[in-house]
Amino acid sequence: MKYKSQKVAKLYFIAAIGLFVGQILFGLIIGAQYIWGDFLFPEIPFNVARMVHTNLLIVWLLFGFMGAAYYLVPEEAETDLVMPWLANLMFWIFLTAGAATILGYLLVPYAQLAELTKNELLPTMGREFLEQPTITKIGIVIVALSFLANIGLTILKGRKTVINLVLLMGMTGLAVFFLFAFYNPVNVVLDKYYWWWVVHLWVEGVWELILGSILAFILIKTTGVDREVIEKWLYVIIAMVLITGIIGTGHHYYWIGTPAFWQWWGSIFSAMEPIPFFMMTVFAFNMVNKRRRNHPNKAAVLWALGTAVMAFLGAGVWGFLHTLSPVNYYTHGTQITAAHGHMAFYGAYVMIVLAMISYAMPMLRGREAANSTKSQVLEMWGFWLMTISIVFITLFLTGAGILQVYLQRFADNPMPFMVVQEKIQLFYALREIAGFIFLSGLLIYIVSFFVGSKEPEATIEGEVVPT
Amino acid sequence: MAQAFTKAMARNIFYGGTAFFFLLFLALTFQTHSALPELDNRNALTGPQGEMIAKGKQVWEENDCIGCHTLLGEGAYFAPELGNVYKRFGSTDAIKGFIASRPKDGVPGRRSMPQFNLSEEELTAIAEFLKYVSEIKTARNWPPNTQG
Repeated sequence: MKYKSQKVAKLYFIAAIGLFVGQILFGLIIGAQYIWGDFLFPEIPFNVARMVHTNLLIVWLLFGFMGAAYYLVPEEAETDLVMPWLANLMFWIFLTAGAATILGYLLVPYAQLAELTKNELLPTMGREFLEQPTITKIGIVIVALSFLANIGLTILKGRKTVINLVLLMGMTGLAVFFLFAFYNPVNVVLDKYYWWWVVHLWVEGVWELILGSILAFILIKTTGVDREVIEKWLYVIIAMVLITGIIGTGHHYYWIGTPAFWQWWGSIFSAMEPIPFFMMTVFAFNMVNKRRRNHPNKAAVLWALGTAVMAFLGAGVWGFLHTLSPVNYYTHGTQITAAHGHMAFYGAYVMIVLAMISYAMPMLRGREAANSTKSQVLEMWGFWLMTISIVFITLFLTGAGILQVYLQRFADNPMPFMVVQEKIQLFYALREIAGFIFLSGLLIYIVSFFVGSKEPEATIEGEVVPT
Repeated sequence: MAQAFTKAMARNIFYGGTAFFFLLFLALTFQTHSALPELDNRNALTGPQGEMIAKGKQVWEENDCIGCHTLLGEGAYFAPELGNVYKRFGSTDAIKGFIASRPKDGVPGRRSMPQFNLSEEELTAIAEFLKYVSEIKTARNWPPNTQG
């Protein structure tokens, strides 16, 4: 750790991991409700548990992104954060607001929460992923603006690197597009149209800038490859992200009452969305192969390579599976979507945050560069258990989805939704088992922070042979 | 990458490409707005009926219906599609009757919709809202059949 103010990242990372555990526990609850429909009913209905599952994901990823920014921005800018106190203050405000919102979901019926928080004054609640009370949304905007001011002024004061600029653009885009969460017309088509400006332009747009810049930072640090080379790759990747991804929004405009021309625009552009993810995979492996030194933090390198591969599979391949409009006609809003969502979020965003935590945490906890070998071995067990489980979760949901599409939409005598759900029970049970293995991987990952702390740091084995 | 391809060129492709495709996206958005009056059933949203539908959307949102159901394919996949429930059930009364009759403690071993204790006015409003959504002209009349 080169700058004292980087230390604020630690709080953000700890909160991220804590909320991640909560997300997985609620994932297991809704997974169980898919098998036993009355599980925890009526105390925790499915919609409430799901909202906790998805909102915790979003919040902990935001904690992770902010932590990553607070760590890498000073190092890239070669100057301390301008306002570390503000970063600390915002951490507690965001954590309190987040916790209060989750408790609100769990403790009172949602309609009552809407009433308590005066939703009728500016109705924004009750839309997927944007379930937060309006007051929480305003809080998110305030936290985001303070965060942007903090890293923006730091970047302005210090060295301006491509990584910092791309990260800042990504974070600014995140804040700007979130503002569409406040637009909620009665007209359902317009509501849905602009809802995607938050959801799609986040995860298939500006968040990928954040992903790219964090990945580039980790690769520079762990491989020692020339910054010029890495920055050029970064520009090409994010160029392809936005060239394909912005019009790619059209793949959400097939069946919601929007004009039919979107079938063409959406299909063609979103079919190209895997390209930047493929480039990211090639980039990561290329840089590691051309490394000028071996980094003692092998776990961090594993996460970095893992995110490149899994983002390509989850976002790229599983996205492509159902992105063409003639296919999507049958698959839209089925378990196929759920399968894609799980692997894409894990591969692209969970893994990049865990890669950054893996890289930065040893330094934040006073190590020179890496944890002990013992700790790293356990962390890599966590990596493999979680990654393999998510692959199986995705495969089982894909199986469920294919059957669902056939029975409910494709067969000569389409069956009702609930009848079909019973017929695909087996896949839900298998998915839940994979979910428990995921949890065990997550617990082992957490244990890795507490073992081998007294043992010496892992060291570099052998010299790199230049190719 | 070949040496002839410089970082400055990559940067220019990024800024130029982003600007161009964002503007194109805005143009397509403008085009969408011009086409929507024919498709989005906005005539239903005027007058007292429109107010009822607006109220219905509020009921829809404040009970987080999207947390279990899909509406035109978007939402959660735990419960049936509701973008066409009016066509599946055949009347607003059938929709109201279904919502009002959900058992408070659920159904043993099975998924069950919670009892939301909606008032008569709220029931009418949500049913009218769902009727309005079912009359939006989706491409190829999605969903593929009445089962959703």
